[in-house]
Amino acid sequence: MMSTALSTVSRSSAKLSPARRIRNTLMGGLILLATLAVVAPLILIFLYLLREGVGALNLDFFTKTPAPEGETGGGLLNAILGSVTMLAMASVIGVLVGVAGGIFLAEYPRHPLMPTIRMISDVLAGIPAIVMGLVAYGLIVLVFGFSGLAGALALGFLMIPIVVRTTEEVLKLVPLNVREAGLALGLPQWLVIMRIVLPAARGGIITGVMLALARVAGEAAPLLFTAFGNPNVNFDPSKPMSALPLEIYRGATSAYDENQRLAKAGALLLILLIFATSMLARYVTRQRK
Amino acid sequence: MTAVPILTAHDVNIFYGSKQAVKNVHLEVQRGSVNALIGPSGCGKTTFLRAINRMHDLTPGARVTGKILLDGEDVYGPGVDPVNMRRRVGMVFQKPNPFPTMSVFDNVVSGLKLAGIRDNKRLMEVAERSLRGAALWEEVKDRLKTPATGLSGGQQQRLCIARALAVEPEILLMDEPTSALDPASTAKIEDLMSELKKVTTIIIVTHNMHQAARVSGTTSFFLNGDLVEHGVTDQIFTSPRDERTEAYVTGRFG
Repeated sequence: MMSTALSTVSRSSAKLSPARRIRNTLMGGLILLATLAVVAPLILIFLYLLREGVGALNLDFFTKTPAPEGETGGGLLNAILGSVTMLAMASVIGVLVGVAGGIFLAEYPRHPLMPTIRMISDVLAGIPAIVMGLVAYGLIVLVFGFSGLAGALALGFLMIPIVVRTTEEVLKLVPLNVREAGLALGLPQWLVIMRIVLPAARGGIITGVMLALARVAGEAAPLLFTAFGNPNVNFDPSKPMSALPLEIYRGATSAYDENQRLAKAGALLLILLIFATSMLARYVTRQRK
Repeated sequence: MTAVPILTAHDVNIFYGSKQAVKNVHLEVQRGSVNALIGPSGCGKTTFLRAINRMHDLTPGARVTGKILLDGEDVYGPGVDPVNMRRRVGMVFQKPNPFPTMSVFDNVVSGLKLAGIRDNKRLMEVAERSLRGAALWEEVKDRLKTPATGLSGGQQQRLCIARALAVEPEILLMDEPTSALDPASTAKIEDLMSELKKVTTIIIVTHNMHQAARVSGTTSFFLNGDLVEHGVTDQIFTSPRDERTEAYVTGRFG
């Protein structure tokens, strides 16, 4: 797309005056420069983490828990499993509440509660991640102590507005006449939504959920005083749980080189996972068309 | 002409907000007939058609007054459930709109299957009968399980007719069903209508006056929300009583 547009410009510039040709080349160069500036941070992050972290990304990294401070070796198994566990729990909240909210906003635009729900969803989208952590802290941690569940709840809250918005948008892409066809058959509206409209929008909703997961997977702030972290592997959601961003935070602020190396390897893994999720989301969306 | 009409419209007015789209319409449709609604764009014919199965319930600001009786029962009567009412009235839309994620078979029986009927033998019988009724069976019998969106536009529209027939509607509303189709597909659907009226009653909105003349027994001419003239199709096209009808059918406007 980009290259064909540029080549069209350069082909027609053969007939232009020298001054216009110079200006045209100059502008083209500036645009290319701006584009590079957009991708540069991503490339820099990736190269930096690759250089610093790829050495620590070995078998131990995936199979061992962190070594005691000052000792060498160890891995982030506790953080990898903790992240997966909490993201799975967060998805339950994020998907159930988020998809329901998206359906409500898209399919019941004349409901008296619609403007209120829309506003709540928009405000929720703007709430800082650390505030979500504070809410989960107040709701759960103060009563039951630090736990994976509290962390998952904070992450789930963060997912909700993202899922709401994408669900609403993809539902609105399903043509009105498909809904009318269902209603004209004498099907109640909820059946039309659940069995006809929702399946038609499934690919887009899955994409939205994956993007929401990728977004919250890297959050450390809401986990600091909810999941808290755990040097051991733990699947019990009522106990403190580790997560990749928590280990990155601890390792990066540690005085020991070994811990810093683990943190950078953890960051690299996180970036790779987010990258893979985004690619998968794109793939699913393309399958739909 | 003494039979009880399947559909009676009595003093029907339809408003979008403060704008009146249909005024004072009185109309009777006989069982087993094909009735055409004709008129220029914006004359209210589609608006009137969509009032019959309460499609306006979904449009913000739309309001219907007067009485529409389906087999003697007021469609807008107190306590009437629009969902139950729509089950008795089939509808085919301007653009073919098969359910995008369903197979040919699932589309045809969707009205029954989604309403909870699981008996596969019965669903298969209904599918075959409906597809035969829509003159599509021979073309799709070997690919019932393939996605409905893989059919051609004309086939999709006949699939939508089959889907409407599957729930055995007492009356079938067709909103310009051939306007998005090529001439060959249009001819197939027109041929179909004379067969369909043996099992149901058809009300068809059309912009094509030749189509109205070919397929319908009675014709209603709408203009600016008024039902100007209603009568036997031959009479409407050859000796209309109203000079506005004559002007329209002879192509002087619209």
